[in-house]
Amino acid sequence: MKKFGAISRQYWPTLLLFAFLLASWQAAVTFGNIREYLLPAPLSVWNALWHGDTAWAGHLWTTTLEIIGAFLMAAVVGVALGVAIAWSPVLANALVPFLVFVNTLPKVAIAPLFLIWMGYGIFPNMLMGALIGFFPVVINTAVGLSQVEPDMLDLGRVFNAPKWKIFVKIRIPNALPYILSALKITATAAVVGAIVGEFVASQRGLGYVIVTTQSSMNTSVAFAALVWISVVGLVLYGAVVLLAHLWAPWAEGVD
Amino acid sequence: MTYQAASGPVEALAGISASIGAGEFVSLVGPSGCGKSTLLRIVAGLRPATRGTITVAGRRVTQPIPDIGMVFQAPILLKWRSILENVLLPAELAGKDPAKLRPRAEQLLEMAGLAGFGPKLPRELSGGMQQRAALCRALLLDPPLLLMDEPFGALDAMTRDDMALELLRIWGEKDLAREARKTVLFVTHSIPEAVFLSDRVIVMSARPGRIAADLAIDLPRPRTVELRATEAFGKLNLELFRALTGKTSMGTAL
Ligand SMILES: Nc1ncnc2c1ncn2[C@@H]1O[C@H](COP(=O)(O)OP(=O)(O)O)[C@@H](O)[C@H]1O
Ligand SMILES: [Mg+2]
Repeated sequence: MKKFGAISRQYWPTLLLFAFLLASWQAAVTFGNIREYLLPAPLSVWNALWHGDTAWAGHLWTTTLEIIGAFLMAAVVGVALGVAIAWSPVLANALVPFLVFVNTLPKVAIAPLFLIWMGYGIFPNMLMGALIGFFPVVINTAVGLSQVEPDMLDLGRVFNAPKWKIFVKIRIPNALPYILSALKITATAAVVGAIVGEFVASQRGLGYVIVTTQSSMNTSVAFAALVWISVVGLVLYGAVVLLAHLWAPWAEGVD
Repeated sequence: MTYQAASGPVEALAGISASIGAGEFVSLVGPSGCGKSTLLRIVAGLRPATRGTITVAGRRVTQPIPDIGMVFQAPILLKWRSILENVLLPAELAGKDPAKLRPRAEQLLEMAGLAGFGPKLPRELSGGMQQRAALCRALLLDPPLLLMDEPFGALDAMTRDDMALELLRIWGEKDLAREARKTVLFVTHSIPEAVFLSDRVIVMSARPGRIAADLAIDLPRPRTVELRATEAFGKLNLELFRALTGKTSMGTAL
């Protein structure tokens, strides 16, 4: 872990650039006479965030639940499928072509079907996020489990270690950095899925807020919703990075 | 022994016949690809021999045998385990209680000059230290037979010579009677290393590997650094070189 001082030294150019862009944006809108519904100024976005009449807490809560649900589902199902694939060649032969097929489907196109099958609610939106995010977990789990040095496996065979023991003591820890690296992608995918789900069918949530502002031309509220979405996304991503740091410190700097 | 590779069968070994006495230190030298690693794995029961039989301690080998220790060219330590936990791995794999073997593991680490390194992660150790930890791991369950596949092949020349001395010390060349020592089958492509370490050197020819020579090394034990400068040492080197290359003088090879 870097010291706070080192971090601020590394990121001050980022902050400076960010501040500069915000200032130019504000200036462009104020002096360039851009209409508010096309591009709201940062200050009006700020107002929408804190002083508007949108009940953010409820929407934020709904979307956050969906994203976390999607992420957990993708993680659990992805790891389980990856383990199944690495465990048995028969299962691998059965599952892999099917999973590749599912992954080539444009998942966004399935969202309306979810509405037909499951109606409104947070579950179908979770499922959409999970569907978009699970595939990298499957692949990385399976790869991580099989990328063990053959000599290490010979060592296991010399001692007649049962297959499950090789999995628990060697293959799974070996796969951990791969899995955590896939979960970073899944964290982003879960956000996309939850929002797409809300676009198609929802009565609450940040995606719902964005869709409704379309008709009211209340663009600053849409921007405010975007801010919240990126906050949730960043926090989840940060949590995965932290998890990787705690669970697989030996793989630091691998990706 | 014939491998079924995608490109067709590869005959890796043919007509190998040798017996190794208990407590003997035998080196196997030969050109790359002549089947040294294959032979070692057949002895361990990790690969089936296409034809022929292997007998270890009076028992025919048909499946992996547990009473061996293996050391490979790379230390292959588990990155997420401490050195001590790595040394204890065979206990866990063999279904023994690692807590009971902990004192032995610590004693082995101390003997290998790794006292105090038990709690460290492998990446905190140099290549030579990692390889010594791998040797401790191989010795944990006190196997009567030690199979070593170019264990010092990845080390620099100086560390390598040090490790050879260390290995002989740990093997018990000074403190143990011959019968009490482990039987070692040591693969290397370094002739001087083979001469320095062994009671006997078996030279293999290129693929399919056959035994080209089987030479007793009657140099006095314990072996010392000075031994490398003696005439007897040089002579044995030359003799092995000839057996290995079929050439009569070292100069013509260069
Ligand atoms: N799994 C395998 N499948 C097919 N051929 C192999 C396999 N392993 C080794 N070989 C071949 O067998 C021969 C002997 O290999 P090896 O025992 O590794 O030799 P060495 O250790 O002496 O370098 C080589 O020609 C190699 O290409
Ligand atoms: Mg080899």
